[in-house]
Amino acid sequence: MHSLTLDIAHLLAGSLVLVSFMMLYQDRLYALINVYALHALVLAMSVAWQAYAQDAPHLYVTAAIALVFKAILIPVVLHRMIVKLGIHREIETVVGIGPTMLLGMGLVALSMVVMLRVTAGADPLAREDLAFALAVVLLGLLMMVTRQNAVSQVVGFMSLENGLVLAATGAKGMPLVVEISVAFSILIAFIVIGIFLFRIRERFDTVDVAALDSYRGERE
Amino acid sequence: MSFDAVTLILAIPATAALLLAVLPSYKLTAYLNVAASFLSFLAALSLLFLERPAPGPYLLVDDLNNVFIVLTTFVGFTTSVFSASYIEHEMEIGRLTPASLRFYHAMYQVLMFALNLALLANNIGVMWVAIELATLTTVMMVGIYRTHESLEAAWKYFILGSVGIALALFGTILVYMAAQPTIGEGLNSMVWTTLMEHASAFEPALLNLAFVFLLLGYGTKVGLAPLQAWLPDAHAEGPTPISAVLSGLLLNVALYALLRFKMLLAANPEALAPGPLMITMGLVSVVFAAFMLYRRGDIKRLFAYSSIEHMGIITFAFGMGGPLANFAGLLHMCMHSLTKSAIFFAVGNIAQVKGTQKIADIGGLTVTNPVLGWGLVAGVVAIAGLPPLGIFMSEFLVVSSTFAREPLLALTLVLGILVGIGALFLRLNAIAFGEPRGPTHKAQGSYVPMFAHLGIVLIAGVYLPAPLVAWFQNVARLLG
Repeated sequence: MHSLTLDIAHLLAGSLVLVSFMMLYQDRLYALINVYALHALVLAMSVAWQAYAQDAPHLYVTAAIALVFKAILIPVVLHRMIVKLGIHREIETVVGIGPTMLLGMGLVALSMVVMLRVTAGADPLAREDLAFALAVVLLGLLMMVTRQNAVSQVVGFMSLENGLVLAATGAKGMPLVVEISVAFSILIAFIVIGIFLFRIRERFDTVDVAALDSYRGERE
Repeated sequence: MSFDAVTLILAIPATAALLLAVLPSYKLTAYLNVAASFLSFLAALSLLFLERPAPGPYLLVDDLNNVFIVLTTFVGFTTSVFSASYIEHEMEIGRLTPASLRFYHAMYQVLMFALNLALLANNIGVMWVAIELATLTTVMMVGIYRTHESLEAAWKYFILGSVGIALALFGTILVYMAAQPTIGEGLNSMVWTTLMEHASAFEPALLNLAFVFLLLGYGTKVGLAPLQAWLPDAHAEGPTPISAVLSGLLLNVALYALLRFKMLLAANPEALAPGPLMITMGLVSVVFAAFMLYRRGDIKRLFAYSSIEHMGIITFAFGMGGPLANFAGLLHMCMHSLTKSAIFFAVGNIAQVKGTQKIADIGGLTVTNPVLGWGLVAGVVAIAGLPPLGIFMSEFLVVSSTFAREPLLALTLVLGILVGIGALFLRLNAIAFGEPRGPTHKAQGSYVPMFAHLGIVLIAGVYLPAPLVAWFQNVARLLG
């Protein structure tokens, strides 16, 4: 294995984790979506590099999907949507930034310890990719639980999904990666349409999930 | 010849979905939906008699998934019969428009296609995609009434389901990573039959980690506590036929995926035993759901919690493992699917008769609507696990096989079941007996599917045919 190839893959995957951290402390929705676009951009670069390093041309398709769909289309749509909903200046009540960052660091450490130990025998490129991917997945989950606003929960989910794509492309020669990334894009498209639908029907007065939670079905 | 049967099981729902999406008449589409479901059921039945095709890289038929396919297509068929008589009334009272009804029927067939594909898949990637498709279609059906509550339920289901699906994908990738050094790159490392052959050579640590993610991911879809939050809302707010299909089929299919991965781990001597994890989650679900049953005020939500309880029992049984417990788990799964969908058929009628799902507004059903009322009583007696019905037998087998090995676990399980029975009868008493409450309309939905299911459950409780027992025993052995 070329050490430069490995270093660049490492750099890109590491940047993805870093951008995940940037999302954790971003408390304005508009800016959060910008950071997400950056996240998707880094993912696209990382996948493209994997495609080059593994000599797997079909991965370029996945990279292209990440670039066009996730880094450009989704952020543009979400931006317009939150402006329309009038929540683009919303400052969210995030569970204190300090504890969240500490928890995030703990999760990254955890994923390094777990993955590097478990994959001792695997190919180093895949191994570190997987460790970073798990970190991105866990940070995405953390974001989903620390946010109150439906839109930012969705952004958290999308960053989690970026971690999965990173893992899938890192697993050398894994079949169906393109199909799976398409399936996930469809899922995300549905989620975004879902947010829109909620609002367009004028049934929800808020996209705040705290309001959703008030409903437990036992309301008289 | 038999290859055709497999293709048909997938092709019939897929073609039907396309047809139903374009045909304008809702009356015609309801009949077509029934016809397509019936044909799929016939194709599934033929798998029992015809020679099975050799497993390909994508599809597979073996003893294990054959049970699930026959059960899925059967309940899919009976539910479509119920739905045809039920759903029209929903349009008359203005809850659905002709366009959304057309969408509903098309989605029903897409769901059947996705479930069948997930069961037939010989490939962990295809299986994942199929379960994702099933999730998406059910999300759309849950939200079909477009009310505040149903959209909320659909959203909750969607977010939790997506997280589950995402975790399951991570687990799937890890399984591939574990297999790749042994089997090599490419498609073969995702094919069940190849995976099972080489499982003993896989990196055990990687497999263990993969199973944890798969258990959390697919476990969310099974509705195991503490990942069950989506389930009651999704059951309560969607159309009742969909509640029946969710409880009777979708939960099973997710559990089937888990069972496959459990077999994979069992084939590797150094991997961790998946049993204790499944036992813990199963037992927690049973006890949690049993206590939650007491505070339910909504009739569909009540039975949704009962589904969590029963999925817990089934997961517990498969977690215990061994021929007897596996046999019991398999039987319990079939019995639960049939009984719970029968109950939802009754509940759908009740909701139409009384115009509400609130238990407080429903009373004296056996007086006002005797057939429906006693049908519900029979269903609840069955689901509570009283003799001589099928669930009694399967629950008895689960408990007795556990007592011999882990008396403490068996005691906890029995406690959970008893607490659940208490809650069910408390509510049943209010619904079925006493002073009639609320308005009374004529029930529109057909009773035939409900009594057909209950009849099978009764017969199974009294007498199980020998070939069926032999077949289930064989599958139980396969499950390890």
